[in-house]
Amino acid sequence: MPEISHNAEGFPALIERLQTIGRETIAPNADSVDREARFPDEAFAALKQEKLLSAYIPSELGGLGLDISQISKICEILGQYCASTAMVYAMHQIQVGCIVHHALGDDFFRSYARDMVTHQYLLASATTELGIGGDVRSSICAVKVDGEQFSLEKQAPVISYGAMADAILVTCRRSEEAARSDQVQVLVRKEDVILTQLAGWDTLGFRGTCSCGFSLVSKGKVEQILPGPYAAIHSRTMHPFAHIVWGSLWLGLATDALNRARIAVRAEARKNPGVVPVSGTRLAEADIVLFSMRSGLQSVVADYHRLLGENDPDAFSNFGFALRINNLKISCSTLVVDIVSRAMLICGIAGYKNDSKLSLGRHLRDAYGASLMVNNDRILGQNATMQIGQRE
Amino acid sequence: MYEEKIRAIIAQHARLSVDVASLGDDSDLYGAGLTSLTTVNLMLALEDHFNVEFTDRMLGRKTFGSIKLLSEAIEELAGT
Repeated sequence: MPEISHNAEGFPALIERLQTIGRETIAPNADSVDREARFPDEAFAALKQEKLLSAYIPSELGGLGLDISQISKICEILGQYCASTAMVYAMHQIQVGCIVHHALGDDFFRSYARDMVTHQYLLASATTELGIGGDVRSSICAVKVDGEQFSLEKQAPVISYGAMADAILVTCRRSEEAARSDQVQVLVRKEDVILTQLAGWDTLGFRGTCSCGFSLVSKGKVEQILPGPYAAIHSRTMHPFAHIVWGSLWLGLATDALNRARIAVRAEARKNPGVVPVSGTRLAEADIVLFSMRSGLQSVVADYHRLLGENDPDAFSNFGFALRINNLKISCSTLVVDIVSRAMLICGIAGYKNDSKLSLGRHLRDAYGASLMVNNDRILGQNATMQIGQRE
Repeated sequence: MYEEKIRAIIAQHARLSVDVASLGDDSDLYGAGLTSLTTVNLMLALEDHFNVEFTDRMLGRKTFGSIKLLSEAIEELAGT
């Protein structure tokens, strides 16, 4: 059994082991995960071995007790080896975050958190809904409560790795009478859910996330409904957490693209000793873009980390905070495409080829997904409204 | 004291999912379909009508949570 890191001192050692898993297990499978659009089984077996699926669960419940900046670092590293693996891991952590921040006051969820540690459960999310589009703050479906039991049906155009997950957190209306925006979040277990596939997942990128569409029919006990309104879970956790972990893995993807570009520049420099190739200048420029991407991410991670510690419930519901998080998303998802494109120009034909060591095809295809998952135009529209409402 | 006028402005601008007449002064407006984005519309209309300006800390549930809370906030801003 590897040593489990519970604290800052153990974290560098954990990161070192993660790099080894990345090199030896994740990277060698990245191309087949992508080509076959299959779930990254090998990667997740290794991550579970390190208890990394319960990394964000507090140590008193058996988890690694890592904080958001450490989770962000893990996502970034995974993104360097396989963006699909990193995306599944990141999405899982968002769900864990929702439970850790909002539900550990309940006996059921405390016990479930312990089970997550023991069994290294993988959690998926069903937010978007047919008939609603991508507006995660609206639901048509409603949880129906009957005594101690609930039933819930949802037509979900996308549930990433839904077929592989041990549980799915589903957003829905609080009751059949509730407004579309009056939502709750419900944990449904694999054994209590029937998923009927509605749509496949043959996409340009992020192919290993297996984000098929499903009709979801489930039941369970009312204790599986997360306490509080989803609005609060969304503003404090789902929204900031998602954009931080996504931005982190896109940063990893961009970093790997520039690492490949660096190999190309070095090879060219060897051919003409003493002459700095023009691609070196291009790389220097691209590195500034990467620097800007990293700086933006780090500043938001630091803000979010601090605000979580301050425990001020109003800190997350103001427009200023939501705007910063949205800016992070739009910025990172745009810069990742820019950086990979620059890397492509530097690598030249070696980057364009699918069968070369410097191939950037997967990186480029994955990068284009970033601006579509929660479409940047939707986010920009929200920002426009919030700009009107925001006061200095 | 501003409840009736606020009610009329809500009916016109808040895009609630229920008839505003069915809501009490204490009813939860967010439960009735108000969202953080639709509060912007409502805020602009209220500011326009009452000739007040909401401060940054007021743009949330503490102020927009019910008709009564809104009325109190406007009274405070209007200095009445």
